[in-house]
Amino acid sequence: MAERVFMKGTEAIAEAAVRAGCRFFAGYPITPQNEIPEYMSRRLPEVGGQFVQGESEVASVNMLFGAASTGIRAMSSSSSTGISLYSEGVSFSASARVPIVYVNVGRGGPGIGAIQPAQQDYNQATKASGNGGFRMIVLAPSSVQECVDMVYEAFDLAAKYENPVLVLTDGVVGTMMEPVILPEMKTDEELASLRKKFEHRAIIGHPVGKQAVCRAGLMGSGQENVNIKAAAMYDDWDCEIRVEEYMMDDAELVIASYGISARICKAVINKLRKEGIKIGMIRPERISPFPYDTFAKLDPKKIKGLLDVEMSIPAQMIWDVKHVLNKDIPVRECLRSGGQLMTNNQVENAVRDLIKEVL
Amino acid sequence: MEKKVYSRTNGLLPGAVSGFCPGCMHGTVHKLIGEAAEELGQLDHLVRVEGVGCCGLGQFYVSHDETIAAHGRACAVATGIKRSSPESLIYTYQGDGDLAAIGLAETMSAANRGENFTVIFVNNGIYGMTGGQMAPTTLLGMKSTTSPGGRVAEEHGYPMHMCEILDTLTAPVYLERTSCDTPQHVIATRNAIKKAFKYQLEGKGFSMVEIVTSCPTNWGMNTLDSLDFLRDKMFAEYPLGLIRDNG
Repeated sequence: MAERVFMKGTEAIAEAAVRAGCRFFAGYPITPQNEIPEYMSRRLPEVGGQFVQGESEVASVNMLFGAASTGIRAMSSSSSTGISLYSEGVSFSASARVPIVYVNVGRGGPGIGAIQPAQQDYNQATKASGNGGFRMIVLAPSSVQECVDMVYEAFDLAAKYENPVLVLTDGVVGTMMEPVILPEMKTDEELASLRKKFEHRAIIGHPVGKQAVCRAGLMGSGQENVNIKAAAMYDDWDCEIRVEEYMMDDAELVIASYGISARICKAVINKLRKEGIKIGMIRPERISPFPYDTFAKLDPKKIKGLLDVEMSIPAQMIWDVKHVLNKDIPVRECLRSGGQLMTNNQVENAVRDLIKEVL
Repeated sequence: MEKKVYSRTNGLLPGAVSGFCPGCMHGTVHKLIGEAAEELGQLDHLVRVEGVGCCGLGQFYVSHDETIAAHGRACAVATGIKRSSPESLIYTYQGDGDLAAIGLAETMSAANRGENFTVIFVNNGIYGMTGGQMAPTTLLGMKSTTSPGGRVAEEHGYPMHMCEILDTLTAPVYLERTSCDTPQHVIATRNAIKKAFKYQLEGKGFSMVEIVTSCPTNWGMNTLDSLDFLRDKMFAEYPLGLIRDNG
């Protein structure tokens, strides 16, 4: 039964995963996501699941690959510099089409960066989470409730496409507490039925003659065929685009933002709207596949300027926006990084500067 | 009357012909794994997690479920599989570079956790598929493509003895070093693999069989000379025999 509780983002992520049927978790400590493995180490044994503290992120993601290749629902989590070490296992999972789910609770970067929140991993998450040019669906929650909902659906998306799914959040959403409605716990019968669907290719041992193989790479022409099939799948992902268009009906100014930054922007928009300023926001709820059409359709006769708001320096999502945006719409940036938080005032001032410039 | 005295294990794909180099022992080890699992009635539950390098060529010969781990990660992948499917009989198949260099952390940590699977470690003292580079198990003085003057202790360190290193841990249940150079050693290897599998089926924990083999191609020797080198030099550095049996 769904229930309403007051929870920290990271713990809500862990509980949502368990309710979605996650029965295997491997991870390595790194701030600011330690509550996820800690929660899993208590919670998974209660539901017959397995928790392993890996000796590294590299080991953890490969354990995840192994677990998910048996058809069990499996998850891992880390943060930024740790996520870099996931590249190997994520790429293997994409190549071998193994349905893993992993969470990046982002911190400042590059390198070890700062342990405070940031959105520095957009390009890594959406463009190259490992070698080989594969793609993933990437969900970007802006609240604890969205963490819960997105983690819950991440497992279904991973199973549907037999492909890795990433939930990219940050240290703000991960460490704040909010009331959330938790989804229903999937029953053992439901999970057994889901696992059954994968059984023919699960690496669990089959009778001779019904061998299952899980290979992240093929000799000869095999690999190109795998790539062609994957590319066809990516081409079909328009149906997986999720974007929020906030107060866009009469907007003359538009903010492009996602995750925690978008939530801050929403508060600013609400304030400015009371002054009669016609401002709206386009927020990709999933940053991959990216809602290019939503930006492409913006009409320069109506939209006088766009403000890109990210907790990243340099800006990263801006390149996806500019890729399709009409060149007559001026684009400006409002950025923080390195663990410094975006503030309402900073966004508000950036909007007022834009108004002076274009209206 | 005709009496059947030998038949090929069903653990290998029917009709598959070995493409390993002349004098290589990988083919023999693959056969022994199939025979050991078959004798235990476990072929239907057998899962292979193979390493990268010549080990990965096993995909062309085995009939049971298999996945290829990233280089060095076989023990991590096997941990994930075994924890999620405890009824499967799981072995990793790894070479010296895979297990003792890039995968050292995964090997040590899985052994230390006492993960209930079996490691088949094929140690020929050199990287095979990539063309004969120096491995952690390359002997002192032995030439490789990345130690062309021979391995020098002051620069490259000493050969690593993985059975003895794992023997410092408390958790492993069974560690044995064998070879495949004579019929007696082949039988000993099959028995060791069978014992390791049996312990796994009994839930006893981590086991490793290290099989010291030759690599004529990358040692730059003919098959007979490589057998002499194996017996004279490799066995001197890596003595065959039981290291630990806590079963």
